[in-house]
Amino acid sequence: MQKIIKYVITDILRNKIMLAYTAFLLILSFSIFSLEDSPSKGLLSMLNIVLIIVPLMSIIFSTIYIYNSAEFIELLVSQPLRRKTIWLSLFAGLAGSLSIAFLAGAGIVVLIYEPSITGLMITVTGVFLSVIFSAIAMLAAVTTRDKAKGIGTAILLWLYFSLLFDGLVLFLLFQFSDYPMEKPMILVSLFNPIDLSRILILLKMDISAMMGYTGAIFKDFFGTGTGILISFIVLLLWIVLPVGLSVRKFNNKDL
Amino acid sequence: MKILTLIFCCCYLGSFARILKVGRQQPYASVTAAVAAADNGDTVIVEKGVYFEKNLVIGKSIVLKGIDHPVLDAEKKYENISVRSNGVTIDGFLLQHTGVSSIVDFAAIKIYNSRNVTVINNIINDAFFGIYSQYGIHCLIKNNTLSAKAKNEQESGNGIHCWKSDSMQIIANTISGHRDGIYFEFVTHSVIWRNNSFHNIRYGLHFMFSNEDAYISNIFENNGAGVAVMFSKGVKMFNNYFKENWGDAAYGILLKEINDSYIENNHFEKNTSAIYAEGANRILMKKNVFKNNGWAVKIQASCSEVTLEENNFLENTFDIGTNGSLVLNRFNKNYWDKYEGYDLNKDGEGDIPYRPVSLYSMIAEKNPPVMILFRSFITSLMDKTEKVIPSLTPENLKDDHPLMKPLPL
Repeated sequence: MQKIIKYVITDILRNKIMLAYTAFLLILSFSIFSLEDSPSKGLLSMLNIVLIIVPLMSIIFSTIYIYNSAEFIELLVSQPLRRKTIWLSLFAGLAGSLSIAFLAGAGIVVLIYEPSITGLMITVTGVFLSVIFSAIAMLAAVTTRDKAKGIGTAILLWLYFSLLFDGLVLFLLFQFSDYPMEKPMILVSLFNPIDLSRILILLKMDISAMMGYTGAIFKDFFGTGTGILISFIVLLLWIVLPVGLSVRKFNNKDL
Repeated sequence: MKILTLIFCCCYLGSFARILKVGRQQPYASVTAAVAAADNGDTVIVEKGVYFEKNLVIGKSIVLKGIDHPVLDAEKKYENISVRSNGVTIDGFLLQHTGVSSIVDFAAIKIYNSRNVTVINNIINDAFFGIYSQYGIHCLIKNNTLSAKAKNEQESGNGIHCWKSDSMQIIANTISGHRDGIYFEFVTHSVIWRNNSFHNIRYGLHFMFSNEDAYISNIFENNGAGVAVMFSKGVKMFNNYFKENWGDAAYGILLKEINDSYIENNHFEKNTSAIYAEGANRILMKKNVFKNNGWAVKIQASCSEVTLEENNFLENTFDIGTNGSLVLNRFNKNYWDKYEGYDLNKDGEGDIPYRPVSLYSMIAEKNPPVMILFRSFITSLMDKTEKVIPSLTPENLKDDHPLMKPLPL
């Protein structure tokens, strides 16, 4: 297993796209922090990068990588290796290299300019989102054999998590505007890793005071130790569930 | 003329003001004794030391002066000094351990129905109410430092509390850790100037039913709920700083039922809402700087004829928030850092109007849980679409002449 992970990681890290991604993050985060007059403003811009670009990059890159290494996977399957091991090592390699790219490109810069709990939170959620979206990509890639369909699904999933889901939440809030929706919203936010990460980061910034009563309820839940623990467990579930499902599918897949 | 001079001289000779000294090696050992022996116009000088005077009542117009801040300690049972005469001066004391009661408003210095009282250069520590004026007229409260360690609103008093007073001058005091820094109720024709009010648990300045007052060049920082100005008219607020009032219900200034007032040249920085106006009429807000606030101005539809002119709006999350489509207020010649228009004729004013209300802030006002989507992709997308084709934001809430460059304020 270790050998396959090592091979996948070295293969990905040598990939020009991955290098470009790291360089892009690095330049972007450095310019954000040097352009904004205060580091807290810079953090807000970093928030957009973490919530939009990182998931997009992770999901698309992972899907394409899985499709492109179809022959490599077939070769591995012909060896005396368990399918589960192959698939998990592929995932570990992808998730590991994407996390390394994010840490090298954005995480370190954030921690240099803003070595606070907020900076740490952005870095940690960024790593989590990288891993979560490569896990979702594994699931998307294993369900269809057609490459175009698979990549399309991946993009749609990204669109769903970053845009459509929030649209649905907005719709729900308006439909049920006569009811106290603050507490149900906590539950709803657990169903989207991007929303969950955004709320976790925002509550670490002082702008949480702006969110009024809603913010106060959220702080009561997400601000406490148990709340943070629960949110990270949910984020972990967002990794474990798609990967587990995809392993089951891959085990029975006719290659 | 000669006769007049003679009479004047006689009067003068007849009333020589004496100086009575209090201290360890002085004729008087306690302040109470010296005050009892003094006549109108005398000066009582108190030397350094700690005095337990219980409740010191001053019923004559005398000058009470402390050398090197002698301590008057009320043992947490009494009021330190009660002023019950006109023309009293209290200068240079350290007052501490005022009694706390839920029936009587004990204060370190309390002025009862008196005129021309001067309270200067005192340090007041751990008081219930700091300086309290009840039916005071023409009193001067200057250069005092008040600090307390209030924990909750029920068991704490206000720093400088004026009730039914007139022509008060509150100048250059520093107030922290009280319930309200400065509290005005039914106070008229007064001025609050160059005070510093911070870390109070409720309001930095609390102002009710007080007409024709001015507050100028004060700093209100980090108070529980900022500054509240309510049910008053003819209030002038100039050159003040309102800073870092962060919290669920914290405002730079809360304006409620305010009429015919002026808010000019103030600085608002890092407040949740810099100005929250409800039922405010005929108010001129001019040349203010709004920087780094959550909402710069929240102006409810119940306000009318509020004019915002020549203000700078910089780095606020939302510039203007409102709750209805009715707009009876005027926005003109402000600088908005979010303005994306152009200026073809180079007259310094943008050619297309600026609409400072974003769709998201409108929605959040109507349906607060929507704040859960704060800073998400969809809300910024919505705002951009709304900017191009306004549909939900009030059509008339706009600045027709937005400035291209910030004003030098």
